[in-house]
Formats: sequence, structure tokens, C-alpha cells
Amino acid sequence: MAVRRLAQQQPESFEFTPENLAWAKTVIARYPEGRQASAIIPLLWRAQEQHQYWLPKAAIEKVADMLGMPYLRALEVATFYSMFNLEPVGKFFVQLCGTTPCMLRGSNELKKVLEARVGPERKISADGTFSWLEVECLGACSNAPMAQINNDYYEDLSPENFSKLLDDLAAGRPVQKGSQTGRVCSEPAGGTLSALTEFYGTDGRSGPLSVPADKK
Amino acid sequence: MLADKDRIFTNLYGYGDWRLKGAMQRGAWDGTKGLLEKGKDWIINEMKASGLRGRGGAGFPTGLKWSFMPKRDPARPSYLVVNADESEPGTCKDREIMRNDPQLLIEGCMIASFAMEANACYIYVRGEYIHERERLQAAVDEAYEARLIGKDNIHGYPFDLYVHHGAGAYICGEETALLESLEGKKGMPRLKPPFPANMGLYGCPTTVNNVESIAVAPTILRRGAAWFSGFGAKNNAGTKLFCVSGHVNKPCNVEEEMSIPFRDLIDRHCGGVRGGWDNLLAVIPGGSSVRCVPAEQIIDCPMDFDSLGKLRSGLGTAAVIVMDKSTDIVRAIARLSAFYKHESCGQCTPCREGTGWMYRVMQRMAEGRAQKREIDMLFDVTKQVEGHTICALGDAAAWPIQGLITHFRHEIEKRIDDYAANPHSDPVRVAAE
Repeated sequence: MAVRRLAQQQPESFEFTPENLAWAKTVIARYPEGRQASAIIPLLWRAQEQHQYWLPKAAIEKVADMLGMPYLRALEVATFYSMFNLEPVGKFFVQLCGTTPCMLRGSNELKKVLEARVGPERKISADGTFSWLEVECLGACSNAPMAQINNDYYEDLSPENFSKLLDDLAAGRPVQKGSQTGRVCSEPAGGTLSALTEFYGTDGRSGPLSVPADKK
Repeated sequence: MLADKDRIFTNLYGYGDWRLKGAMQRGAWDGTKGLLEKGKDWIINEMKASGLRGRGGAGFPTGLKWSFMPKRDPARPSYLVVNADESEPGTCKDREIMRNDPQLLIEGCMIASFAMEANACYIYVRGEYIHERERLQAAVDEAYEARLIGKDNIHGYPFDLYVHHGAGAYICGEETALLESLEGKKGMPRLKPPFPANMGLYGCPTTVNNVESIAVAPTILRRGAAWFSGFGAKNNAGTKLFCVSGHVNKPCNVEEEMSIPFRDLIDRHCGGVRGGWDNLLAVIPGGSSVRCVPAEQIIDCPMDFDSLGKLRSGLGTAAVIVMDKSTDIVRAIARLSAFYKHESCGQCTPCREGTGWMYRVMQRMAEGRAQKREIDMLFDVTKQVEGHTICALGDAAAWPIQGLITHFRHEIEKRIDDYAANPHSDPVRVAAE
């Protein structure tokens, strides 16, 4: 458990944009009558995305009103789930995975890069560009070490390519998402040993049941 | 080595087209209507005969789980909920299914829902998988458009599929916590019984399955239970996605036969252990929640539920975390303690307080700033936490430490001796002028 509190300085009000409001209606419709509360996580998440990636109290209360929930229940949800940022974050919010699989592949070295370049954890850099946080396993362990920056995963990091990545982001240069060493997804580096060609049913037929009667 | 023709996830690495057209060329949605026409009993029996054990960690037989669902009751509709809250450290397989082979999952949802007489299914994706969620949603939209699913679809069984997401809570991978979260509450596990099959989502009968368990179902039914059960040792049938991470030359996800020996898995697919087999220290074979196994025990062990269970560890999610001799194993396990402390939901006292206590002691052990008698005390405390909580997170926090103490007690003792011999190892700080 972690102690999570609302930010000291809060904006006066929060309103969804018309597009997000229309989107929210489609989300609420996914759940049965009387169960709108189910939509709280998607709605809070959209509010956070709309509000520079952090969630003010006004947004939490707004969402609670939309779903007919007591404020307390909505605040419970907002403080329970760690992806809701209750305080402002940098323009690029770096979530560095530090759990054992990434640690074994050198995430501690990446932490030093962040400490040197951005400063202490949870603190926004002076120019407002970066803030960072060590988070728990982000589920890209075969591509460790990795970090999530805003919505994107950056994998197969090393201190060198991570520093370059941060420089490129800060300068507004285009960056490669995903693996930084040229892997497509999570295949072995340099390609797989299997041919990956002779699949059963590459013609769209994948089992005995699909064989037409006249060919049996 | 598993032959290409026996692979279920034919686009695991994203080399092919993930869209509906590409998926259908690889065999998805082939003859689904024919499978449904054989009836729900046939489907459930076939799943039972295939020997598929749940891929989310516990290894409960999937067919049996499906058979627990009660008969249709108009007042309480049944639900299928797919657990895509993949957060177990080391595990990264469902992500590849969702972004590269989403139609297999969608087809599996349709078939499983039919077998359990559910007309609606929710897929709960972990919050951090933003692009994977968007990809899955796009695939769902495509399936709706092609009328493969939906209220009025070509298979003649009304079925709605919704993609839902979380917001970064490991505990929501526990099935009842996931249901709480899906209902819009804090993800705190429920007391069982009643089990979700009787009182699940919105108080209705619900089955929660892992992504991989659902995604393999259509292929099993098409190719037959006998084909699937032909892989792996008895009671551990099938093919499985292994997520290999840590100190191997080429970490990767790979689909392999169950019961493949550890050595073969690493040599064939991961380019061997970094620095050779003599350099292997220990392996966590099933995600962070299982006990670690020292090198000499694991090297020739078949990777399946029963064989690893005999080593007092487990297959879990088949997230294989390999550690070579450069690893500071005490620190590696202490980091897991930090993980469990962070992720405890705070509902049960033994876990809420215990994970913090264990974390603090593990931090000291990692430095060596401890007494040797505290090792036994720590072990004793893990036993106090284990089995005394509503869900398995307490157990999961206790087991890695138990594994460490059982197999690497000498490492902890050596660290304590080193610290005692040199209590002021930190340089004395002098103010900079």
C-alpha cells in the first residue's frame, strides 16, 4: 500500500471536452442499467489524459456526478489505483520499471540516468519537461529493462540509448517507440530459430473440422 | 522443439497482419459456427478431455471451471470475464496475444461464452497496456463489423464483447478483486464462498479466465482434444507460452510444449544462459510469486505444473526469470518484497502489515545489517502471513522469501558476517567546500 493524497493546489473546476463527453456516454452504455459505476476507471483515465496527465479533485467529483456515485466512492477509486496521478507531472512522465526482471537487466543504471538528468523521483524538472517515478512490473519483461513515457512503452533500454531517448524527446525529435534495439516485439534478438512458415492452416483452415466434406 | 504446424499463436511476434483479414488467413474464425452447432456439452467435454489447465497461474482445469456455471436464468444473466490484467512480474505473454493475435482471443470469448450460456463478456485489460487495449478494441470493432460477434451475428448466438481496463493495481489480477474493480470499486478481493460461478459480476454467475486459456480454446476444438493432450506430460497437457527474462542471451516469449526440460527451453530459444550453464545461479520459474529454484535442481527439470510443484515451486504463469552468478539474489528477492508491499490492497492485516514488515527486514538483510537469528524469525513471519489472508497475495509475498531462506541461507549469513566485520562500510561524509 502506498499513501496517496490529493494535491495541495487544485484548479477551481473541471469540464470534459464535448468529444470526451460524447465518448463517455458510449462507455457508460457498455454496462447494464444501474451499473454505471463500472465506467469510473475509464472516465477518470480520460479526465486525466485531458488534464495534463493528472487528476484534480474537481475531475473526480465531476465523474462521480456523471455516474451517480457518492464523492467518497470516487475518491476511493482515484486514490487506490496507482495510475491516477493526483499531483502534476512533467510534460514527459517517465515511469521506470524497477521490479526484479528489469532490475536484473540493469534498471538501476537507468535510474541513475534519470537522477542525473531529471532530478529526484516525483519532482518535476525545472523546465517542466520531465518527471519520473519508479513503478512496479509493467509487463514487458522479455524486453527488459523498459520504461513507459506517457502512453508509450520504450523497451530494451541501456543507459546510452535511454539518455539519447530523453534528449530526443526533450528536443521534440521523432523517437522510436517499443524496442530501442530493433526487435519487432518479443522475439529473440536477431530473429527466431523457428522458421515460422509451415503453420498448420496457413490457407485459413486450421483444423480437421474445417476440411470440406468432398475432400475427406 | 514444437513444430511450426503445432503452434497455436502463429503471429506471436507480430510478423504478420494482426487485422481480421490476416487472422482469418491464419485460420481464426474457421468453422466457428460448426463448433457451436455441436453444442455446449460437446465443447465442455472436449475442453475437459484436452487437459487444458488454466494459464493464469493456478492451473485449474479450464473445462471443469466452465462446467461449474449454473443453468440459464433470465433474472441473473451469466458473464464471462477475461482476465487480461497481466501484472505478475516476469509475465508478458497476454500482451503479445492482445496486440498480435487478438482475433484468437475474441473467437475464444465467443465460444467460451456460448459454452457457459453467457451473452456478454468483458475483457479486463491492465491499465498500462494502452496501445494493446486500443489494438484489441480495434479488433473487436472489426469483428462486430464483419458480424462475427454482436447481437445479430452470422453464428446465430447473440454475443456482446466489451473491452474494459484497470488503472495499475496488481491485486486486480485476483479474480474477485477484478470483479470488484469492474463494478467500479477499489480492487479488494472478496471472501469465498460464494464463488464467482454463483455470485460474480453484479451478483450474477461469472467465470473468470486468463487470456491464454481463452485464446487457445478455438484451436483446441478445431484440432481436437487428442491433439492438444498429446503434448506435455500426463496432467500437464498442451502447448504453453513461456516468457523468459533475466540473464539469458536472448530473452523472449516463445510457445513451446509443456514439460520441455528447462535446459532445452533456454538453449533452443534464448541462446543459453549468459556466461554458460556453469554460470547459472537460480531460476524463478513461474512469475515472482513462486519460490526460486537453485541451478542444480532446475537444469533438467521439466517445465510443468507437477514437476515444478515437486520442487516446492510452481509453473505459475510460466514467466521464467533466470539469474546468473552475478546476481545479488538477496537484493533480487528484497525487490520482490518491495513489490508486494506496494501492491498489497490493505484489506487483511497479516498482508498489509506483514508485507511492510518483511520488506523492511529484507532491506536490512540485503545490506547485511541484521542478526542471524532474525533469519528464522523472518521465516516464521512468512509462515504467519501465508494462508491467513483472503486472497493469495499474502502467500505470494511469503513464498519468494521462503525460497530464498531455504536455498540461499548461506548467502544471507555471509552478508551479515561481512557487515559485522566492517560495520562502517559507508564512506564518512565530508562537507564539500
